[in-house]
Amino acid sequence: MKKMTYSNPVGVGKFTGLLLISPFILGFLLFTLSPFVCSFILGLTDSDGISAPVFNGGENYIRMLTDSGLHKAIGVTFRYTALLVPLKMLVSLAVALLLNMELKAMSFYRTAFYIPSILGANLSVVIMWQYLFTSGGLVDQLLGTVGASHVSWYGEPFHAMMIIVLLRLWEFGSTMVIFLAALRDIPRELYDAAKTDGCGRVRAFFHITLPMLKNVIFINLVLQTISAIQEFNAPYMITGGGPMKETYTLGMLIYDEMFRFNDAGYANAVSWVMFVLIAVVVALLYKLTGRMREGTK
Amino acid sequence: MKKIIPYLLLTMAAVVMIYPVLWLIGASFKSNDEIFSSIWFMPEHIELSVYKNAWETVTPYTMGHYFLNTFTIIIPKTVFAVLSSVLVAYGFARFDFPMKRFFTALLLGSMFMPAIVTILPQYLMWNKLELINTYVPLTLPSLFACEGTFVFILIQFFKGIPKEFDEAAKIDGCGTFGTLFYILVPCIRPAIVSIAVFTFLWTMNDFLTPLIMIHSVEKYPLSLALRLSVDSTGQGYEQRTIIAMSVIGLIPSIAVFSLAQKKFIGGITMGGLTG
Repeated sequence: MKKMTYSNPVGVGKFTGLLLISPFILGFLLFTLSPFVCSFILGLTDSDGISAPVFNGGENYIRMLTDSGLHKAIGVTFRYTALLVPLKMLVSLAVALLLNMELKAMSFYRTAFYIPSILGANLSVVIMWQYLFTSGGLVDQLLGTVGASHVSWYGEPFHAMMIIVLLRLWEFGSTMVIFLAALRDIPRELYDAAKTDGCGRVRAFFHITLPMLKNVIFINLVLQTISAIQEFNAPYMITGGGPMKETYTLGMLIYDEMFRFNDAGYANAVSWVMFVLIAVVVALLYKLTGRMREGTK
Repeated sequence: MKKIIPYLLLTMAAVVMIYPVLWLIGASFKSNDEIFSSIWFMPEHIELSVYKNAWETVTPYTMGHYFLNTFTIIIPKTVFAVLSSVLVAYGFARFDFPMKRFFTALLLGSMFMPAIVTILPQYLMWNKLELINTYVPLTLPSLFACEGTFVFILIQFFKGIPKEFDEAAKIDGCGTFGTLFYILVPCIRPAIVSIAVFTFLWTMNDFLTPLIMIHSVEKYPLSLALRLSVDSTGQGYEQRTIIAMSVIGLIPSIAVFSLAQKKFIGGITMGGLTG
């Protein structure tokens, strides 16, 4: 991005800009910063969300240390993220590379791949997914016709998680579109120069395409990781967290603590832990992609 | 001929992507037996009475009622989001002000803020104000440019317009807002369409916020009504009614996407919007 500076139009004071962005400042204070601070404070209290919260020191945090349900939910959330995000990145990049080959009917394919991601979390889609994997549903029948043995999708932990992973993978379109836009921005001359230097397609991919995409890879990784760690809708509607809480994500746990058990103090403390986890993961990803960049130089 | 493999791969992928939706539409006409015995999406016969039943729903209200609720949320929300995002982006793109770098960093940072950390205290706040079970918590925040992504896209678009346009407008006697509405807004129409469309789609898709903020069935938007229908019907129930309700629930999103598609693909690729 080119850096551009604008001097203010003549006769306009320094504060017109501030005035224009004031909705954002107000909104940030009201709906992001103060909830964020409140959440931290509530996390240090015993609160049911209705009567006045009572400060209880770090009791919620101490409880977390021995809460095996929480440990399991964190494990499930990480397993889910570790399964989904790399798969989604690979599929999005692979399809974007295919679509970048200057084929005919490109816009048809792009739309076909993009539609599932805009329907995204729509509850209709979630319900559809539930039917696809029920015993005797479409997936079961398809597997039957190719001779695979019957799979109990909802009864077995790994398969139950795969239902949700596959749903989110099906929605790879938005990630793919970002990759596609970045691929279009790579100057063709780079590839032409590589070709004259006797560089094959595979090497060109690793030495030109990947390094040119590093920022976009980072952005997509971060966006996908953040939303995966927060996953709520799909397990809530499709598996209900089962079997044996093997798809019970951190998002579901926070929701249940808050709205089913009315334990606002604990729910807020856990949501802060989730925030810290997300921040740590994003920082790690930043380091990792930094190393990737050095490695390709 | 060399390109036959990519075509083959893309076509296979497209079938995998689209078939579940076709199957869902087909299944809305099938009996339970037929759903679970055939992988072909076409039903044996088509009876529109299924859709009449689906429209009446298994809940106390018709789908028309839930659609009306949904649009009562979506319309103000879209207007609010577009207005506030345009104003804020205009400020960022065209003016200098104290602490601009700091506020830009805040804008970027807020895009990465996990919603779940802020939604619990927000619920408590609306609860204190006795606004739970109204549409205020669902619509009012949009008045404050709460989607950083939208502002960010608009800033990119504003920066693409030559500064000379503003100066010419100034000479012709346009003020700060005159320049914005008569000169700049018409130039960024594709971006505005994208924002409106995404607000629409995201609100149609949103499940967690209404689940937390809306408690009476009478006020349910479509997503909650669908969940209620799933919960209140058992295994032996004719599944096609629920499936037909889901199909009806997808129509607004698909219609809006198809109508706006040409205009807004540019908007997505420029701003890197995710669905």
